[in-house]
Amino acid sequence: MQATEIQSETTIKLTVNGAPQAITVDVRTSLLDMLRERLQLTGTKKGCDHGQCGACTVHVNGRRVSSCLTLAVMHDGAEITTIEGLGSPDNLHPMQAAFVACDAYQCGYCTSGQIMSAVALLKEPCGPDEAAVKELMSGNICRCGAYANIVAAIQQVRKNT
Amino acid sequence: MHTFEFVRPADSAAAVASAAQVKTAQQGAEVRFVAGGTTLLDLMKLSVETPARVIDINRLPLDKIEATPDGGLKIGATVRNSDLAYHPTVQRDYAVLSQAILAGASAQLRNMATTAGNLLQRTRCVYFRDTAMPCNKREPGTGCPAITGANRMLAILGTSEHCIATNPSDMCVAMAALEATIHVQGANGARAIPIGDFHLLPGSTPNRETVLEPGDLVTHVTLPPPIAGSRQVYLKLRDRTSYEFALASAAVVITVSSGKVTRARIALGGVGTKPWRSPEAEAALAGQPANQASFRKAAEVALRDAKPQSENAFKIELAKRCLTYALQLATA
Repeated sequence: MQATEIQSETTIKLTVNGAPQAITVDVRTSLLDMLRERLQLTGTKKGCDHGQCGACTVHVNGRRVSSCLTLAVMHDGAEITTIEGLGSPDNLHPMQAAFVACDAYQCGYCTSGQIMSAVALLKEPCGPDEAAVKELMSGNICRCGAYANIVAAIQQVRKNT
Repeated sequence: MHTFEFVRPADSAAAVASAAQVKTAQQGAEVRFVAGGTTLLDLMKLSVETPARVIDINRLPLDKIEATPDGGLKIGATVRNSDLAYHPTVQRDYAVLSQAILAGASAQLRNMATTAGNLLQRTRCVYFRDTAMPCNKREPGTGCPAITGANRMLAILGTSEHCIATNPSDMCVAMAALEATIHVQGANGARAIPIGDFHLLPGSTPNRETVLEPGDLVTHVTLPPPIAGSRQVYLKLRDRTSYEFALASAAVVITVSSGKVTRARIALGGVGTKPWRSPEAEAALAGQPANQASFRKAAEVALRDAKPQSENAFKIELAKRCLTYALQLATA
């Protein structure tokens, strides 16, 4: 395989937060870097870049994924939702409102990923108890230790839905 | 990250052809298939994997779970781990598989990772993952620094003087206990490989982890018909409650009649260089009363050849207790 044959860039078309996008990216670009660097959607964070922390959680076709561990080019044609697409300051998603009400964050760096993960959890098979929520949220880590209030926020939304 | 050619072939034959013209499908492969990408991209970011071509197989028709004519199950290569774990037939008839998958990784990773990818996941050994370190698996002949280094998470079964890396998969341990068959489409046609023959011991060639040859594409996995009356448990012991690899795990599929074990299939995780089916433990249990004493005896047999590393001698007793307790839970 010769280096001169390699097509390093490619154009992809996908929908991000409801808006169609056509972007030319280096094939090595992660979905995370595409969202942050090319679309300036910096709500999604890079915590570890290796799928170990969950700060980069977004929805791809309705499912939560770690956007650092997938290539942008793999998602040609996909629908992506980031934290920016969930709600706005004037129109908070119920999960966002619950995080505020329950004081479910301190520094805020893991928070986008926590909220995106929690919203997806609402549509996944999850037992009613806190232990089940903790298990399904175990892919989102929080150095500030806001876990108790994160779980409370999620349970509050589940109770009210 | 080294750059690469990214291709999306129209069908499996094209995918196979695109991957066939290279020297190896093992460590150092010039061409890699990508499905979930959760292992491949992790290793490409570390330059442990440096394929010149990456073949996206996500759009091939390999994403179904279907019954087989003999009453078993056919699981497509690109079925997401979460879909497999939550499938009603799997939860009803192959519960150990669902339990094992849900015990692994995180929800996000389970939504991305696939059946075939999980079969091919790589060791978490810190020396393998660090290109500044010698590693016989990554660069044959350079040595194994784990043997005299940080080896707490590494293997006690199936090791050699060249490599002690653990296979970290949970799914594979359950599939071993379920006697799964791996189906591969290759340059010379299709073949079926019992899971026990799919992964290789390190021996003197730790760079060779499976029997796959260049061009080989895993298309699906089949499970035999469910065993009527079987009780199934996957028990995973680890440093954290969740989102952590196993120190030791056990998958058991056991049938008991009139208080005696009539059939047992046992596999261990977290302790072997490959998913560790234990026919010795199964033989030790056959016809025995289904009680703690028999289970403990079988566990002793299962770990008889275990070789502790400098930091993980505790795994021997831990694995015995894990298997004993899994059997107790299954037959309670």
